[in-house]
Amino acid sequence: MSNIPILKERESQIYRKGQSGEFKMTCGKHSLAGSVSQRACVFCGSRVVLYPIADALHLIHGPIGCAAYTWDIRGALSSGPALHRMSFSTDLRENDVIFGGEKKLYKALSELIDAYGPKAAFVYSTCIVGIIGDDVAAVCRKAAKEKDIPVLPVHSEGFKGTKKDGYQAACNALFELVGQGNTEDIGPYSINILGEFNIGGEAWIIRNYYERMGVKVVSVMTGDGRVDEVRRSHGASLNVVQCSGAMTFLAEMMKEKYGIPYIRASYFGLEDMSKALYDVAGHFGDNPDIMARTREMVRDEINRIYPELQKIKQGVQGKKAAIYVGGAFKAFSLIKALRYLGMDVVLAGSQTGNDADYDMLREMCDDGTVILDDANPLELSKYIIEKKADLFIGGVKERPIAYKMGIGFCDHNHERKTPLAGYIGMLNFAEEVYASVVSPVWRFAPARSLGRTEAAS
Amino acid sequence: MKQTTQPAAYTATQNACKLCTPLGASLVFKGIENAVPLLHGSQGCSTYIRRYLISHFKEPADIACSNFAEETAIFGGGANLKIALENIRLQYAPEMVGIATTCLSETIGDDVPMFIREYREMCRDQEIPPLVHVSTPSYQGTHMEGFHGAVKATVETLATGEKAEVPGINLFPGMLSPADLRHLKEILADFDSPFMLLPDYSQTLDGALWTEYQRIPPGGTPVAEIRQAGGARASIEFGRVLASQKESAGRFLEKRFGVVNHGVGIPIGITETDRFFEALETITGRPTPDKYLEERGRLADSYVDGHKYVIEARAGVYGEEDLVVGLVAFLSEIGVIPALCATGGNSRRFRDRIAEIIPDHERKGVTIMDNADFVEIEAAAEKIRPDFFIGHSKGYTLARRLDIPLIRVGFPVHDRIGGARILHIGYRGAQSLFDRIANTLIEKRQDTSSWGYTYM
Repeated sequence: MSNIPILKERESQIYRKGQSGEFKMTCGKHSLAGSVSQRACVFCGSRVVLYPIADALHLIHGPIGCAAYTWDIRGALSSGPALHRMSFSTDLRENDVIFGGEKKLYKALSELIDAYGPKAAFVYSTCIVGIIGDDVAAVCRKAAKEKDIPVLPVHSEGFKGTKKDGYQAACNALFELVGQGNTEDIGPYSINILGEFNIGGEAWIIRNYYERMGVKVVSVMTGDGRVDEVRRSHGASLNVVQCSGAMTFLAEMMKEKYGIPYIRASYFGLEDMSKALYDVAGHFGDNPDIMARTREMVRDEINRIYPELQKIKQGVQGKKAAIYVGGAFKAFSLIKALRYLGMDVVLAGSQTGNDADYDMLREMCDDGTVILDDANPLELSKYIIEKKADLFIGGVKERPIAYKMGIGFCDHNHERKTPLAGYIGMLNFAEEVYASVVSPVWRFAPARSLGRTEAAS
Repeated sequence: MKQTTQPAAYTATQNACKLCTPLGASLVFKGIENAVPLLHGSQGCSTYIRRYLISHFKEPADIACSNFAEETAIFGGGANLKIALENIRLQYAPEMVGIATTCLSETIGDDVPMFIREYREMCRDQEIPPLVHVSTPSYQGTHMEGFHGAVKATVETLATGEKAEVPGINLFPGMLSPADLRHLKEILADFDSPFMLLPDYSQTLDGALWTEYQRIPPGGTPVAEIRQAGGARASIEFGRVLASQKESAGRFLEKRFGVVNHGVGIPIGITETDRFFEALETITGRPTPDKYLEERGRLADSYVDGHKYVIEARAGVYGEEDLVVGLVAFLSEIGVIPALCATGGNSRRFRDRIAEIIPDHERKGVTIMDNADFVEIEAAAEKIRPDFFIGHSKGYTLARRLDIPLIRVGFPVHDRIGGARILHIGYRGAQSLFDRIANTLIEKRQDTSSWGYTYM
């Protein structure tokens, strides 16, 4: 597909492992205008992080679009309240834009707090809020005082940075809550799970593992999240950070203020999942029982899924996979998980990776693998075709790119319904990979039947 | 039970029954051949809209964005818009770029027509594709205003007095499904008349698998045909609400080029479809082809076969104003009472159009709600307890809570496959809707019966 042109400005964000000469990935920069980035905006970053807090009110201050497009946008399962599944918007109209939206915001906020009795409220600023001069923080302070709950402004104007700045704004809002709750009953063997959003029930699986090890989980931020848990999260001894791009900000702040150390973790794939558990057990090395229980549990869990995984491996090994996900850390785990299944990774990329992430990717990948930062649909198509991928792992927006070219797909983002984390998640993942790769329908895809890939059956 | 104004219970909109204006405009531009939609605003605008469209159509939906940064909002979006246009031309080589604004670019007061002139000036030695601009601040109207605005802007920008060798018919269908658009093309071809269907995303957003990657999916209304819209025999525009508004693409062509405009309702059901075919007969001077008379005959026959199952069943209908009006026309003609007619639209013309179709709506206890959100719709539905809902998939949550079946139509259908293939219009579309409605009611009766009859 040499007829798909790559924009000159984008060349420094595309790398082929093994290419000659020095290469420094340009990353963390604003997307190029007109390039059809797969990224979203600052608001999106804040919204995904805070969204799963189920007993909070999430009010989006702006015209209707931002609220409409994020209504019940992903699983973020809750074991109790489900207020987060509602979409609340101040739905600003022309007059509000002319005369300002503060009054409407105040009224909307007061009514909703009265009606739903949330434990806290997050008020998201969208693009035009600052421009029309609304003092959202002042309105929040007033409402907080009157209703006696935390009302937190989230400074998430879409254009003020990238999705990462949205993560930071969300972390700032969360940090306002941290430290407010009672931590008396929290013992030393306790952690917070950061950056796990419980899209398909993953937080429950991970929490269960840690608790079986004898480690108390004080809070999950933010999967199946509760305001009160966040408020007492400073009582934990350790922060375990998944989705590092999003939640390291918070972990850093908690380290500075409360002296809580943090480690990075990933729960995808057998290797990283086990490491996440052993690292925590190792952190609590003064209690050897925890390590002993961990060993036993890991062995049992792996034994339970091993035979099934071996069967699946027979069907998928040797197939080629492309990965394009939000955070680079997830890409690392996926590479390992796919290798475990005997598959080759021919493309790896992320929306928000940083320098260190891309160095790591470069180290992990085989020669010839294409590594991309902030890619667009044309680049992704160019390389999945060129590299003859059999499977694409990404989110909703990448799916049709793969399907049109007769390439299997696995959703590792918002739309997944089964948990892909943990040991059981690895099995689910393998099953989904298998289901897509071995389906007989690909032979009807012209790109496949014309021999674009050897995999045509 | 009459409800002419809704209680102003909440200031906030909760679970909106509408989308923002740029979405409608993007959808129109996706339906023009080799066109690329460009949103002038933040990156999230295009990404969210793409995601929303992809989850329904299950097709690639590239929408570019001028991707404002902080300094863009301070100094204006001119430079970004020009960079975006350059990059789109380099990557996609489009035959048209449809530029829709957003709340952000509108609020800072960007003068997009001026930017376009400057860009043309900048590239005066090059051949530039047509650039269509539509103003779509999301604080004004809903996705339907964005949709109609984009159709009108496209025609205004492109149409000249130029005539085709054989002047055809302009058809402005409004926001229908790809299956509907395909059916319309079939009907017009059967009337043996050239036509210009705008927009036509029947292939761009519901196409086949590819042999090679397509930068822009094949299909869509050819730009050359839009240029000749001013020389057409006549225009047909769907939507009773649209027809009652001052401005539209059809009205523009009538005023500017004297192309007679026929405003008819969305042809759902026999009555409204008859009007559409009458308009076609008038314009072409040809009788309705037998094929459609046969379809009409079978449809009427099935109405008779199924009438007892649907009579005075009560429906909850929601969605875009014109779609609801069309569905209400259909439901009324089969004896279903549209007990709840709701829309998130706020044209102030909805109520009158419903009243036109159901003159005795007060006696029938029909509740009409405009500018409504799903919390308000649910509150009304709780009292009304309709036998079924008919609308898009965002009503699923309330249908589930109230344990009332939902018949999925319109956009979006995010929780099923085949949203693009739902046929609503023509005798054929009504046939499919009628069968689905009757069977939903029959199934409900069968499932709740202690006997479980195996005959109807």
